[in-house]
Amino acid sequence: MAFYHSARHREALSIGLIGVMIALPALLTACGQEFYIGFASRILIFALAASSLNLVLGFGGMFSLGHAAFFGIGAYAAAICLRSGITDALLVLPLAMAVAGLFALLVGALSLRTRGVYFIMITLAFGQMAYYLVVSARAWGGDDGLALVGRMTFAGFGLHGEAAFFHAVLACLGLSMLFLGRLAEARFGRVIQAIRENETRMEALGFPVFHYRLSCFVIGGALAGLAGALLANLTGLASPSLLQWTQSGTLLVMVIIGGVGYLYGGLLGALVLLCLEEVLAGFTVHWHIGLGLLLLTIVLYAPKGVAALFAKTHD
Amino acid sequence: MTEALLSVRKLSRRFAAVEALKEVDFTVEAGEVHALIGPNGAGKTTFIHHVTGFLLADSGSIHFAGRDVTALSMHQRVAAGMARSYQITNVFLGLSVLDNVALAVQGRPDAGSSFRFWAPVTADRRLFEEAQHFIAQLGLEKHSATLAGNLAHGDQRALELAMALATRPKMLLLDEPMAGAGPEESARMVELIEHLARQVTIVLVEHDMAAVFRLADRVSVLVNGQLICTASPEAVRADPEVRRAYLGDAA
Repeated sequence: MAFYHSARHREALSIGLIGVMIALPALLTACGQEFYIGFASRILIFALAASSLNLVLGFGGMFSLGHAAFFGIGAYAAAICLRSGITDALLVLPLAMAVAGLFALLVGALSLRTRGVYFIMITLAFGQMAYYLVVSARAWGGDDGLALVGRMTFAGFGLHGEAAFFHAVLACLGLSMLFLGRLAEARFGRVIQAIRENETRMEALGFPVFHYRLSCFVIGGALAGLAGALLANLTGLASPSLLQWTQSGTLLVMVIIGGVGYLYGGLLGALVLLCLEEVLAGFTVHWHIGLGLLLLTIVLYAPKGVAALFAKTHD
Repeated sequence: MTEALLSVRKLSRRFAAVEALKEVDFTVEAGEVHALIGPNGAGKTTFIHHVTGFLLADSGSIHFAGRDVTALSMHQRVAAGMARSYQITNVFLGLSVLDNVALAVQGRPDAGSSFRFWAPVTADRRLFEEAQHFIAQLGLEKHSATLAGNLAHGDQRALELAMALATRPKMLLLDEPMAGAGPEESARMVELIEHLARQVTIVLVEHDMAAVFRLADRVSVLVNGQLICTASPEAVRADPEVRRAYLGDAA
């Protein structure tokens, strides 16, 4: 392992990309493809969700199979906020993050006492518990999920237009990626990456490993909650399927395709997977076969994911 | 008499049917080099695991630097001033020597919190300056930028010591620092330990008897989980029971 280190020479590229992203809704509208603005928002939201899992899995080394629970809880928190008259994104989003983060704190505090396959199983169990809880909650729509009453606003501005909403999502993703990038190179990032490599050695250097792991897990959960709240606003529905373990699996596949432990791994994975789904689903309902083949190809020929193909090789 | 730096009382541990440690009494005075010897399987590493808090004892107590640390976890004992090196080299092979030692400096309570999420570590000049200081102490200056995985075995052992030392311990537990070393490396390690002994109390677990008798102020002998004697190196060498139990083949 080497510590994560951003490639400074790509700053120009990043700025260029951000510029393109800001202009994307206008470009799509100009081409008469407004439908794809919503699709682009969806990609960015999943990019955020996958990146939050990548923090936990790729940087923290915690193989969580219950990550979708935090994602779904964020969606429900947003739906409940809107129903109770809280509509400003500056309240809705932090609240969704807080609720998801709190649940992550509970799950992490118990499950991080286990290791390996037990950790995978216990996070899976917690995720499924949350799923069944939501399904059985009649007040929250049970199986049908909870429809949102409108969309959140931002400081008085409506986000009903797909372009405005896309920009809100872009801002959330941009800020989150900036935070994750800084975190990875800050003291905290070094500690969690070193714990991923050798937790006993870190404990022997005086680091309270459990606290670092738990903090990383909670940050990941809160960011997943943010993504969930955005998704509910995009689709107008907080669905129980967002919490289900298959959703955790989808996020995992995104991270693996994109590149475990690479800052942009989650982002690239979400982009590749959702675009592939969009294209293949146009040809056949059996598009999962294509996805499976892609996953096999990646695991066999580019096991570090798409991000590794772009990364500057060191030494 | 002043209070001992480390005082272990009646420490016992049983793994299923095996009594790994039987009422071990063990004291380390501040400033001494205290060697712990014993045949393979005597429980030396198990004992170190218990002193450092990697494992917790069934019964008995451990006092360190005037505190009861019996129930403290490993990282709390490190914060109290205990550091250890490992029998099998245990460094971050993918990191440079400098990053390895800087990480150890970062772990110290007086180096500030590591719950910092924004400022890049590389801007933390003090961390790296201090790391360089420990690297120099162990004679690794010219390898500072080398990946730990590319170091020669002896240099990896030295790095291991630099990391332990960077936690600024009151007591350093060295678990077989000469393990796997050739004669030249051993000689270098003996010199390093002699040098370290001037600034920190050392508990030395070692098989290399020449090194033990050269370095140690006192020697304790552990056989089958029992501490059979603690005395000066000369007295231990002469003790018939020790010779029978342990030095038999070497004597």
